[in-house]
Amino acid sequence: MQLCRSGEIGRRIGLKIRWSVLLRVGSSPTSGKKLLIYLEQIMKWFQRRKRIEKESKKKDIPDGVWIKCDNCGEILYKKEIMKKFMVCTKCDYHFKVNSFFYKSILLDEDSFEEEDIKIYPCDPLKFKDYKQKLKKAQKRTTLNDAIICGQGKIEGKGIEICIMDFSFIGGSMGSVVGEKVKRAIQRAINMELPLIIVSASGGARMHEGILSLMQMAKTATTLSKLHTPYISILTNPTTAGVMASYASLGDIIIAEPGALIGFAGPRVIKQTLKKELPEGFQRSEFLLEHGFVDMVVHRKYLQDTVKIILGHLS
Amino acid sequence: MDKYLEFEKPIIELQGKIEELKSYNEDKGGGLEREIGKLKERLVKVQEEIFSNLNPWEKVELARHPSRPYTLDYVKYLFKDWLELHGDRRFADDKALVSGIGRLKDISFVVVGHQRGRKVDEKIKRNFGMAHPEGYRKALRVMKLGGKFGLPIVTLIDSSGAYPGIGAEERGVAHAIAENMKEITMIPVPIIVIITGEGGSGGAIAIAIGDRIYMQKYAIYSVISPEGCASILWRDQKYKKEAAGALKLTPVDLKNLNIIDGIISEPPGGAHSNHEEASRLIGEAIMKAYNELKDIPPPELIEKRIEKFSRMGAFKEL
Ligand SMILES: [Zn+2]
Repeated sequence: MQLCRSGEIGRRIGLKIRWSVLLRVGSSPTSGKKLLIYLEQIMKWFQRRKRIEKESKKKDIPDGVWIKCDNCGEILYKKEIMKKFMVCTKCDYHFKVNSFFYKSILLDEDSFEEEDIKIYPCDPLKFKDYKQKLKKAQKRTTLNDAIICGQGKIEGKGIEICIMDFSFIGGSMGSVVGEKVKRAIQRAINMELPLIIVSASGGARMHEGILSLMQMAKTATTLSKLHTPYISILTNPTTAGVMASYASLGDIIIAEPGALIGFAGPRVIKQTLKKELPEGFQRSEFLLEHGFVDMVVHRKYLQDTVKIILGHLS
Repeated sequence: MDKYLEFEKPIIELQGKIEELKSYNEDKGGGLEREIGKLKERLVKVQEEIFSNLNPWEKVELARHPSRPYTLDYVKYLFKDWLELHGDRRFADDKALVSGIGRLKDISFVVVGHQRGRKVDEKIKRNFGMAHPEGYRKALRVMKLGGKFGLPIVTLIDSSGAYPGIGAEERGVAHAIAENMKEITMIPVPIIVIITGEGGSGGAIAIAIGDRIYMQKYAIYSVISPEGCASILWRDQKYKKEAAGALKLTPVDLKNLNIIDGIISEPPGGAHSNHEEASRLIGEAIMKAYNELKDIPPPELIEKRIEKFSRMGAFKEL
């Protein structure tokens, strides 16, 4: 699996950082001030690493010292992997991570101010077992529903951000997700802020029936009024109702490597066609090949890539 | 009627008897008119009784009735000077979704709608009413044409969903649906949405953004098919009947959930029993909605359209 296929942006950033290290340390007449700035940068970097570790401990990373890579089967030392953005050191498989983790790798430290924290799902159809399902998910994840939204900062610049959480009923979109995304879009419009949505979802939440389907319409219609930059980040998986609404509508669309992205589930397609699906079908790289994402970016370059985009567009 | 559903059997039998008696009466030279009239009265009663006691699954079957009128049937009865417009100008002409311009009561409308086939070869040609990305892109193109020239738009929805295939994914079906919803929002003419049969998930919502949303009395509208729901939640399609009930997909349910604006009535035996009458009722609904919408200035129309969808949903806020 390649790290970063589109325009090699990620790799370029990586090299740039390394070159700058050489340049700054290597050239002897470095002024004290420059060195200080440099040291400060290193400190920040370490702090960020620490924060990522802290956040990922919070939730959803399997307990225990070792974890097994879902892709290559390699047994990995968890502490080590956490420092590496929860990406397998052997095969670059991107582990599913929760919304807290993305918050920590994307935003400036302590810059996130969550909005709409008092919106809770209800059970409008009295759908069998839905209430219990919600309770269980809420207890396990400490979230109200499958998304967190609010304002944050990236390099001091304000943004509106939504981060979906796959660990909450498969990141499914019901009324709460739709409403919170809608309000985030409205805030981005009113405050003239760039919008970032990190998607992770199996699609609409069928326990809310037609109301879930209407969240696609709700978010897409509201997006028609947004004129600030909107970056859509697709993580593993982003499918069905979410992919067929706001996730597909970014001005710039970034996908994490190897993520399952598409409309119909591969199982459904296989059943319909009664044949095996081609290798790599509905993966990020497939979407890049067919022109539906701008770039595939390794998680370690995600924040840098977002910074560059925001630098260009806002 | 050549095809019928299990619960329609008493209706079909009664209709057969009436026909029989009619031809016997003709041969005899009359005299049995009273008996025929009585049977016809009974037919109406039987129809009423059967149709008012359908369970959710039977309603799903009715919405999928093989004799139910499709978009081009409604076009035939309602729209004069009809011109079908083909192709998305990008890839192909998707025959599962038709579009064109026709005149109803002296007003030219853009019409887009799903088209299923009735005979086997036509079903294949129409891909059973399951559109590919090019179908949704064609719909958007033609709807934008309506916006450009000030023609109001009617969309007729009857599809089990967007086609789940390799080509559909390669050509970005998710993107096509998303883009449709976003772009249709900004079209500056009245848009009237009617679910005429099966409102199937993403394949429906892609052309279901509008200012008025109606369902025919025996149509359904759902986030997922009962079969799909059953196989995901209960790992077995045999629970489709339970799923049909749980999903709350009938017009009455949707009215209660504040999703649709109204229910369009159908002939006593369902739209399939009388295409012409079903068309007339749909035409009435279109004209009523059009008259309500025609004088609203476009910016206000669009604003209200966004507001309409932004209100949909159910949650608690503490
Ligand atoms: Zn691995």
